[in-house]
Amino acid sequence: MSLLRSPSKDPLWKDEFSVFTSDERYVTRRQFTKFLTLASLGMFVGNLWIVLKSYLAKKTSYPTAEVARVGEIQIRGVKLFSYPTPQDSCIMVRTGEDEYVAYSQKCTHLSCAVYYSARSDRLECPCHQGFFSIKDGSVLQGPPPRPLPQIVLKREGEKLLASGIRITGNG
Amino acid sequence: MANLEPTKQRRGLVAIDGAMALIGVLLVVQIWLLSATLEAFLAGHRSPVIAAAIVSGLLFAACVALNLFVDRLDWESRRP
Repeated sequence: MSLLRSPSKDPLWKDEFSVFTSDERYVTRRQFTKFLTLASLGMFVGNLWIVLKSYLAKKTSYPTAEVARVGEIQIRGVKLFSYPTPQDSCIMVRTGEDEYVAYSQKCTHLSCAVYYSARSDRLECPCHQGFFSIKDGSVLQGPPPRPLPQIVLKREGEKLLASGIRITGNG
Repeated sequence: MANLEPTKQRRGLVAIDGAMALIGVLLVVQIWLLSATLEAFLAGHRSPVIAAAIVSGLLFAACVALNLFVDRLDWESRRP
């Protein structure tokens, strides 16, 4: 017991119950203030974590993978593929004779799968009516806070290759 | 607190309440700052990250100062 509490001349009951009932509100307020300050420290640590994450994290390298063949899809046609991992579904749209664009299929709002609306020429999220530009993936309307990540495509002979992910538009 | 003057006690309570409210406001600003910074970071913007961390640190320092102020006030109002 002597290890847990410092020796004192006061009687034990006074040491253990050192707060008068009428003083309880003071103690509670002080403890609450300490709790708020601790929460403030938590927010600061969160901000520091973001700094560390953005400056110390190594740059992600993406593999190069064949995702389609030239002429495989019609103009205004769509092909779904996965890139860079099998869990990351993407959507490719042929917008012109020799123009292809590809985006991550996950809506930046709540990760619903977006689809291409040929009639409106835009990518649409059916969950909350979020619309994205087919040109650069930027948000046209709705709750999505960020543009769709764009898949970098390059042509190599008759192959269309995905070689990276880029965030563009109004994000 | 039975042995303290009621006016002194009341004044101490009002000051502590004020400091607590101010800490609450600072904390709400910090929460907003953290969510806005996270949003910017996830959108691929790194430029506001350091500035946000500095401001958050200053807000935390203000909270600590207010906390010390509350402690001092409490100690003073308890002094016979």
